[in-house]
Amino acid sequence: MKVRARDPKEAWREDFESSQARDDGIETSTISGIPLQPLYTSADLPGRPEELPGQFPYTRGIHPSGYRGRLWTMRQFSGFATAEETNRRYKYLLANGQTGLSVAFDMPTLMGQDSDAPTSRGEIGHCGVAIDSLADMETLFEGIPLADITTSMTINSPAAILLCMYIAVAEEQGVPASRLGGTLQNDILKEFIAQKEFIFPPGPSMRLVVDSIEYCAKEVPQWNTISISGYHIREAGSTAAQELAFTLADGMAYVDACIERGMRIDDFAPRLSFFFDAHIDFFEEIAKFRAARRIWARWMRERYGAQDERSLKLRFHTQTAGVSLTAQQPELNIARTAIEALAAVLGGTQSLHTNAMDEVLALPTDKSARIALRTQQLLAYESGVANTIDPLGGSYFIESLTDEMERQAEIYFKRIEDLGGVIPAIEASFFQKEIADSAFRYQQELEQKRRIMIGVNDFTVDEEAPIEILRIDPRLEAEQVARVRDVRRKRDQARCTNALSSLKKAAAGSDNLMPYILEAVRAYATEGEIMNTLIEVFGIYTEQAVV
Amino acid sequence: MSPTTVRPVRIIVAKVGLDGHDRGVKVVARALRDAGYEVIYTGLRQTPEMVVDAALQEDAQVIGLSIHSGAHMTLFPAVVQELKRRKATDIVVFGGGIIPDDDIAALKKQGVEKLFTPGTPLQEIVDWLRQRFPKESA
Repeated sequence: MKVRARDPKEAWREDFESSQARDDGIETSTISGIPLQPLYTSADLPGRPEELPGQFPYTRGIHPSGYRGRLWTMRQFSGFATAEETNRRYKYLLANGQTGLSVAFDMPTLMGQDSDAPTSRGEIGHCGVAIDSLADMETLFEGIPLADITTSMTINSPAAILLCMYIAVAEEQGVPASRLGGTLQNDILKEFIAQKEFIFPPGPSMRLVVDSIEYCAKEVPQWNTISISGYHIREAGSTAAQELAFTLADGMAYVDACIERGMRIDDFAPRLSFFFDAHIDFFEEIAKFRAARRIWARWMRERYGAQDERSLKLRFHTQTAGVSLTAQQPELNIARTAIEALAAVLGGTQSLHTNAMDEVLALPTDKSARIALRTQQLLAYESGVANTIDPLGGSYFIESLTDEMERQAEIYFKRIEDLGGVIPAIEASFFQKEIADSAFRYQQELEQKRRIMIGVNDFTVDEEAPIEILRIDPRLEAEQVARVRDVRRKRDQARCTNALSSLKKAAAGSDNLMPYILEAVRAYATEGEIMNTLIEVFGIYTEQAVV
Repeated sequence: MSPTTVRPVRIIVAKVGLDGHDRGVKVVARALRDAGYEVIYTGLRQTPEMVVDAALQEDAQVIGLSIHSGAHMTLFPAVVQELKRRKATDIVVFGGGIIPDDDIAALKKQGVEKLFTPGTPLQEIVDWLRQRFPKESA
């Protein structure tokens, strides 16, 4: 019998289509809804010149040496109760091989109010550490040499105040600001878009961000002045493509604002940094990270004319996805986090936070925090994944998905531009609505079992064994309230009052506010007092509630 | 109330506390609305007094509270207390968020009728409301 030679790809297609197909009703698109082919081949590879790590457009990584040169920083986000307790946890994490600090503040601190404000009741020390004044910051970093460590601070509306507190603690340790390394989240746009911890209206909020970027360019040159964040956008329910697009659009809005201030692109762009989510859909996440680097490099060079190579390189921190964790069978969260962390590493992250299994229930215990850190160490030292740079580069599937991410982001950039830019789009609730729609669609897919969450809508167990969780001692609330009142009693009141009134005058003008805030901090003005002074000038923002 | 004048159950959904995590509250609000309930979402950072004010003004039968900051043990009971103070204890209070099991038991004792934790199917919330308000079927 004579067999006619079939085209191998067509032959595969015929064989595939005549094969049995699974009929469990589970979506085969990515978790964000991007349809996937069952197979990718050389026909899906784009006809572009070969990309290499450390070379424009940096799709394969910003360093020519990848993790061969230096591993990612293992930076566990941590903070709870009082500065004293959190200081103890930091020392524990450092003793266990963590390589950078990352401060989680409690809700009153994040919202710029003191522990003795009426609406702080019940919130103190619960989702982070309570910081009211320089005195608490001194306790937080007691015995931790700030010259030898980098610190990330997740704070937004009051970001400038907390950075000034950090600078002031360093001064007391004899460390000049010019030697400080770390990151300030300082990303107010994503607060309006997703996390909603805004205080001032967008205009003055952006002024404070630009003030801090401008100040750091001169005085704290090794500091990452902003961490432009997709994490919260994603956690609020966006798709991967929305996270990518909205975050980079925010980044460009900050660049525009700095240029408008009169700064030169290469004077500030190298210190801009990014922060992404690593969700459970493994390949989609890797493609997202790769696309982010390519888009940013191109925009910075082509649109803003950046010359310094460092301005083109998108550096980012990653956190595994809090929303992917389940309260049901929580031990499974260790496995989820490992998969997500692997995606971040294969996507070339500069630093990483791995969630602890119990974070869906409460703040992590010592034990669960250590398992989370050990998961990163396992990836770095045991699995071998860090030995080859961008090991998935050239994969038909990954390259094709990277292009698709880029394409979807470009569509969003166009839509945002048509709305007049990021701030008008915020005011029109554009992002908020897009995110709410995606969140609702995902929830429906779960209800219809088109997406599976193990332990939640499938593979459930009837009886859950309780796991031990961290409890915040309710007594600490009264202690923290007493502490802030004590600070107010003991400080040089005249110096403090003067500092606050100078700040108020400056806020009404156009000076950079950083030196004024720094002086107020040094005079032990509390965070709430500084914020309230600024609120008197700037006012507060209320959003239109959209469902 | 005679059968002809039965009106759909009106629900105030509110974010109490300082956190701005509104994904859950929005998804639930939309699902309840799709199930036929009249849903009023208050927006963020509502104090217990503001929530009860809204419920009285809107003549709501139910208050749904959402929180993710860990302050539920303070703020949920504060809403119930405020209802008592305003003599409006006929309004049913339920809640959702990151709430450990032990706290759920304590909150129920303090008058929060029902608590839903992460991973709860939306249908379960709707079913509970249908059971709780069988006459005013939505």
